[in-house]
Amino acid sequence: MNIKDQYILGIETSCDETAVAIVKNGTEIISNVVASQIESHKRFGGVVPEIASRHHVEQMTIVLEEAFTKAKMTIDDIDAVAVTEGPGLVGALLIGVNTAKALAFANSKPLIGVHHIAGHIYANQLEKEFSFPLLALVVSGGHTELILMKDHGSFEIIGETRDDAAGEAYDKVARTLQLPYPGGPFIDKLAQEGKETIDFPRAWLEQDSYDFSFSGLKSAVINKLHNAEQRNEVLEKEDIAASFQASVIDVLVTKTLKAAIAYDVKQVIVAGGVAANKGLRKELEAKFVASPIELLIPPLYLCTDNAAMIAAAGTVAYNQGHRAAWDLNANPSLSLEKYSLRTKYEN
Amino acid sequence: MNILAIDTSNETMGVAVLKEGQLAGEYITKVKKNHSVRLLPAIDQIMRETEVNPKDLDKIVVAKGPGSYTGVRIGLSTAKTMAWTLNIPIVAVSSLEVVAYQSAYLNKQVCPFFDARRGLVYTGLYQSNDKGNVTLLWDEINISFEKWLERLAEEGKPTVFLSQDVDIHKGLIEEYMGDLAIIPESMYHLPRPSLLALAGAGKQPDSLHTLTPNYLRLVEAEAKWLEKQEKSKDD
Ligand SMILES: [Zn+2]
Repeated sequence: MNIKDQYILGIETSCDETAVAIVKNGTEIISNVVASQIESHKRFGGVVPEIASRHHVEQMTIVLEEAFTKAKMTIDDIDAVAVTEGPGLVGALLIGVNTAKALAFANSKPLIGVHHIAGHIYANQLEKEFSFPLLALVVSGGHTELILMKDHGSFEIIGETRDDAAGEAYDKVARTLQLPYPGGPFIDKLAQEGKETIDFPRAWLEQDSYDFSFSGLKSAVINKLHNAEQRNEVLEKEDIAASFQASVIDVLVTKTLKAAIAYDVKQVIVAGGVAANKGLRKELEAKFVASPIELLIPPLYLCTDNAAMIAAAGTVAYNQGHRAAWDLNANPSLSLEKYSLRTKYEN
Repeated sequence: MNILAIDTSNETMGVAVLKEGQLAGEYITKVKKNHSVRLLPAIDQIMRETEVNPKDLDKIVVAKGPGSYTGVRIGLSTAKTMAWTLNIPIVAVSSLEVVAYQSAYLNKQVCPFFDARRGLVYTGLYQSNDKGNVTLLWDEINISFEKWLERLAEEGKPTVFLSQDVDIHKGLIEEYMGDLAIIPESMYHLPRPSLLALAGAGKQPDSLHTLTPNYLRLVEAEAKWLEKQEKSKDD
């Protein structure tokens, strides 16, 4: 007997991308549509939540239709509807959640709520099968976390940022350097051209801690720039970027490697928008090439927010029996560990 | 003609099902609770009880605001998605018009409004005639209620005031309008989703993808940005 193929529809609207995707068996992208709002938010130098919500409601059915057209499928071919329920901007999340509920209800399909970070991690499953235990380094505008997975759908946070997320530090430094929004890619680019001439601090914290802290580094960079300005000293932007990035990467890579060895993991996967950073990729590859641990970094289009990753994580939750009810709500501060327990024990 | 009507645009949440043109069920609450959590369970319940399946629906009617930005979007994303996936027409009706329908057949000038904080309201002026029609007289606007009442007082006509927020502004209305103000009991103020369905039944369908909320107000960041653009043009 053939095992029937599974098709899960994913919907993601947690920040400034309206995204819908259809994924087969949790691993194969059938269609993956992302409508980005970056151009609209650029003029404000950051995401304006109310404007993000307005764009989502304008884009949602268009993106939905495109995802089905590209897949040459109809809703009848879909086994379940998965949606990001949190964390994220509440007004933005609500568009996806209510769209998913209406779609599932109108067609009598099961509904699955997905944690956004679980989605980022499962983006890797679209490239390569997981082997456990594995360690995930999640780095984005809102997150810097080390997550241990002993099995599918199980997430244990072993380290997290105590203040700013890495991506947040990138954006703030970029603003100080008067780079356009979003600043991360520009710093990465400048860093490739500059040299590490300034020894910025590294926040190692306690010896046995896998936590991170980037606010001290951010302040050090801003102070350095202000002091130079007062003394009419010219600092090369490229060198500032290279020195700042070297500090961030040094801490991220060192702690990831240390945790990977301590927990004896088979794979290390990198997830989130900052995973697109070239400097970070290069350094991780250099560090892990000689180790028996397999390093997985998804291609760029799977690092940034998309719905294929939500469908991939949703497939796991679906097969573990998780179902959301019609009262599913957006949860802007949904905890990953609570989500992990729920997937395992509820229903 | 089976119609599902949805209104989550303000504190009053309403869902109605019309079966073959007749009102079969109506759900309405005025409580400070989350529309996102309660809307679909309400739709589910009312459709079960009236024995209308989603596939039996011929039209969706939705209140498009003004009102709570988030509330309007909850209703609109639900309604748009259902209309899209069921491939049926969608009709969006102004939330103020729905309130004005509470005074149909009254043959009076009607001022529906929603409180918009800091002395502002969303409002418009409607005329209800004795044939049940409700037509727009003065365009809907986000305005200082005092300014609006000043204009109405100048006009000098008896006016029915309808609003779920009427209690906050009753004193002000009476101050400006005196005996010209007609303010009924609280039950008359809540927009009924069955009347939303009625208002929508006679309207042309909207274009699904381009249907957007009736915000009546720019986002603050955008307003400031536009102002800056204007200024730099003048310089
Ligand atoms: Zn993300």
